[in-house]
Amino acid sequence: MELNARIPDHPIDQMWDRHRFDMKLVNPANKRKYEVIVVGTGLAGGAAAATMGELGYRVKCFTFHDSPRRAHSIAAQGGINAAKNYQGDGDSVYRLFYDTVKGGDFRSREANVYRLAELSLNIIDQAVAQGVPFAREYGGLLGNRSFGGAQVSRTFYARGQTGQQLLLGAYQALERQIHEGTVQMHVRCEMLDVIVIDGRARGIVTRDLVSGKIEAHMADAVVLGTGGYSNAFFLSTNAKGCNVTATWRAHRRGAGFANPCFTQIHPTCIPQSGDYQSKLTLMSESLRNDGRIWVPKRAGDDRAAGQIPDAERDYYLERLYPSFGNLTPRDIASRRAKEMVDQGHGVGPMKNGVYLDFRDAIQRLGKAVVSERYGNLFQMYEKITGEDPYEVPMRIYPAPHYTMGGLWVDYELMTTVPGLFAIGEANFSDHGANRLGASALMQGLADGYFIIPLTIGNFLAEHSRGDVDENHAAARDTVREVTQAQERLLAVKGSRTVDSFHQELGRLLWDHCGMSRNESGLREALAKIPELRERFWRDVTVPGSGDTLNQSLEKAGRVADFLEFAEVMCWDALTRDESCGAHYREEHTTEEGEAQRDDERFAHGAIWEFKGVGEEPVRHREPLHFEHVPLSQRSYK
Amino acid sequence: MNLTLHVWRQTGPRDKGGFETYRADDVSESMSFLDMLDLVNEELTLAGKEPIAFEHDCREGICGSCGMMINGVAHGPQKLITACQLHMRSFRDGDEIWIEPFRATAFPVMRDLVVDRNSFDRVIQAGGYISVRTGSAQDANATPIPKPDADRAFDAAACIGCGACVAACPNASAMLFTAAKAAHLSYVPQGQTERLDRALSMAQRHDEEGFGNCTNHGACQEACPKGISVDYIARLNRDVLKGTLSKAGSTSGD
Amino acid sequence: MSRVVSLYRSSVGKKSLMAVSGIILIGFVFGHMAGNLKAFEAVGESGVHPLDSYAQFLREVGYPLIPEYGLLWGVRLALLAAVGVHIVAAYQLWRQSRAARTRRYHKPDSQVFSYASRTMRWGGVIIVLFVIYHLLHFTTGDVHPDFEYGSVYQNLVIGFQSVPVALFYIVAVGALSLHLYHGIWSVFATLGVQNPRVERLRRPLAAGLSLVLFLGYVSVPIAVMIGVLD
Repeated sequence: MELNARIPDHPIDQMWDRHRFDMKLVNPANKRKYEVIVVGTGLAGGAAAATMGELGYRVKCFTFHDSPRRAHSIAAQGGINAAKNYQGDGDSVYRLFYDTVKGGDFRSREANVYRLAELSLNIIDQAVAQGVPFAREYGGLLGNRSFGGAQVSRTFYARGQTGQQLLLGAYQALERQIHEGTVQMHVRCEMLDVIVIDGRARGIVTRDLVSGKIEAHMADAVVLGTGGYSNAFFLSTNAKGCNVTATWRAHRRGAGFANPCFTQIHPTCIPQSGDYQSKLTLMSESLRNDGRIWVPKRAGDDRAAGQIPDAERDYYLERLYPSFGNLTPRDIASRRAKEMVDQGHGVGPMKNGVYLDFRDAIQRLGKAVVSERYGNLFQMYEKITGEDPYEVPMRIYPAPHYTMGGLWVDYELMTTVPGLFAIGEANFSDHGANRLGASALMQGLADGYFIIPLTIGNFLAEHSRGDVDENHAAARDTVREVTQAQERLLAVKGSRTVDSFHQELGRLLWDHCGMSRNESGLREALAKIPELRERFWRDVTVPGSGDTLNQSLEKAGRVADFLEFAEVMCWDALTRDESCGAHYREEHTTEEGEAQRDDERFAHGAIWEFKGVGEEPVRHREPLHFEHVPLSQRSYK
Repeated sequence: MNLTLHVWRQTGPRDKGGFETYRADDVSESMSFLDMLDLVNEELTLAGKEPIAFEHDCREGICGSCGMMINGVAHGPQKLITACQLHMRSFRDGDEIWIEPFRATAFPVMRDLVVDRNSFDRVIQAGGYISVRTGSAQDANATPIPKPDADRAFDAAACIGCGACVAACPNASAMLFTAAKAAHLSYVPQGQTERLDRALSMAQRHDEEGFGNCTNHGACQEACPKGISVDYIARLNRDVLKGTLSKAGSTSGD
Repeated sequence: MSRVVSLYRSSVGKKSLMAVSGIILIGFVFGHMAGNLKAFEAVGESGVHPLDSYAQFLREVGYPLIPEYGLLWGVRLALLAAVGVHIVAAYQLWRQSRAARTRRYHKPDSQVFSYASRTMRWGGVIIVLFVIYHLLHFTTGDVHPDFEYGSVYQNLVIGFQSVPVALFYIVAVGALSLHLYHGIWSVFATLGVQNPRVERLRRPLAAGLSLVLFLGYVSVPIAVMIGVLD
């Protein structure tokens, strides 16, 4: 597997600008002769499809949802970072770049991150021009807040629904292009494989989720904006439909999968309330700005929160990290919460949470101010738990949330398969081992609006247009393989439901490849996953048939892919014998209990090559060089 | 608690469909309504039957996928939430619950509780956007927007496109959906240039999609999980009338 | 003209025409009510009941500039046109809405909306039937037991001395008031009036006007029934 990141040979602060000049252009009249497939209609996919349509490419866009407005980008609450420095508090492109590299614990590529920080400026301009109703000050200018451990206020937000508003902006741009006829939209159409011809991605195989029809769609390039894989854990904050299928299928066809063990756990989610639960709900991290996190000092303390006097409460984040307090980065806040619960300090009926208390904020600011800031979140919490956070502290616990790992891409966002691109959460590029709050929206939109529409031109200008169609042998073979896999699933007719397998896999991964990992646990998981996969294919039951709307069949295909993917996730966690960012190996801890990086051995991205189901995958490396942000130990004391 | 469910089952758009009765036993009150349906579906699957198809995704009330009539009310008995945010503590042991799909000609039933809401997308295609090319925008702070306008724009933009307004409207009208998007874009300066054209073409598309017309009942506002106000319909009406009666097509509003 | 046609094509336009025709008809029913109240005026020196002379006035207003009955028929034709537009648009909108949901819910809709808004269409039908009866009763006299052309007051008292007829009038006026209650409230939304101050007044205005109308109209048959007028 050849890994050439193709980082342009220019100074970092001019790199993107000069590379845009270096890239070949497609003549405007020729653009409409090129077909581009975009899979996924979240922030990255929706923005990419809309912008490439505007540029004149013929775009075919696919989503398994009923509408391109539903992708899970819509659920992002907190905000989007941009180095606008509208607050005049010392922010700059360089500072955002620096913070992102450092926050990612030095496991991301400097060149990509610098470009991301630069483009953050354009994103806000673009969104405002689309009518995105960001929060404003009374003077009419845009408001900002500080978010998730940042020491400047660079986060733009639209109440607690920033992702929704940004996605609707991209969705509306996309609908405009659909109306113009430049984008052909395929809804309820799930991508199940990539068609690779002569080493180049030339199309995809999809299943029409209504008619069940499996067919090939050809194009000159394929872009995957299909999101992350947190649902490998079954319980996560992701939407129920989020899955690894598109990226996993691309991986099986030759695309390297980078850093699959970099999975982020979000510290402020509502704890699980029972075994039946289907997903976890995230509460915006902004709650940590005013809420104080604590547990009872005495393990197993059964008193109600209000009856525990201050002297018997452990505000552990404030105690351990006096300067950052409750605003420590996500990975640290999550791990400390897990430790507290593991040591018996957990609260709530299942003893599986810590308190996030607004008592002091209400006293200091008054109920009205707290309600203005967090009213909708408090309401949401009350709807779910039946408890009123104005009266009793919230209970929170970490949950899988975002995956920094993804398909390896070069500077132009192309995977190791020529013509196959990955954008947004589906790629691995910008967040290293840990993503900072409010950076996911930024990356998805930078990739979709500003990077892929240009870099794809560079690729297309250099590659001949296809004379391949759906009847090409490779296309027909891929369609047949997908059809057969589906028939196999339907033919098992075993005794267990798809969800029961997914839950079992999720528990296994959470226990051994979750918030903290160790060698023996990972080896145990690697032994159990193939066995679980074997049981799945022997004993799963998928009712109904393949030629109708069949939600069980959709789920079964996705879980089958998670069962293959889980192994490479554990391999990656096992072989990355260090702690960094969200990847926490118990064997590698500083004296203070923090993640202990090993830059000598692991200052690289790990890129996995598929060798067959059940075969040990091959690990490749992309060395990472830190010329601008000096390697240092993160410290949030 | 133990419940009796009467669920609409329909194998496809052309099937006649009908209610089936199921029992949901040992339901915990901290379950969400969709957790409860998951539970029923697991049992159906193990019994070799096809589970109830229903649309859902984020399960936190923002994606707009889930939508069903629960005892005749869109998204169920609680105000300002979606079906996925409804929890079983809203029900009592022994309750009978009738679950039906959203019904409207413009929302054909695909299967069981799943309906096709692409008519909404086509209303947006008709003009629910600001025509701006990527990369052509001026600096975001170049045009200040008074906070009250920005807030009103947001209130309208909070729509999740779930279709509850149509489902609850006795006329199956989508005026609240259409008006919310038109209003959102009409409150920001960037949206003025196309304002009247947008109102005209969205309202026209609304009619062409087979939605009914608004008779000011206000049922949509009651059903809306985001509390979007019917006042926006008046605003859309005004822009449509203004647009129709003004000579030139492309004139901006007030 | 083409603008009116394109207005009529859209459902918003049809509703605006209903609103405008509705406003004309509201103006008429209030004028009519004011005229009715002349029934309570005492007979003057001429010996002619003020209601009769008012009717006479309506017949010859503007004469000789406009011919006798001219303005009366002009107004009648305008009202007929307004009623026509109101009914045709209502019918077409009803067809559109009926087609928009062909299968009803099993569980009846329990969303809260007012009785008045639910009964607009049937209320409208009742009002039409009532108006026809009313014209045959007091204008042409075809269904009046003892009709005498020009003696409006006498016709009125005799007409309302039949208790079932008086009760029917009261019920019909009730239906009209309900119709107006939702109608007046709707007019603002339909025509896009969006002023917060107006918004606050909408409900009280609709309720107040319909109540005044109801009381104004029922006062006459009730007065006849209890013998205040004879």
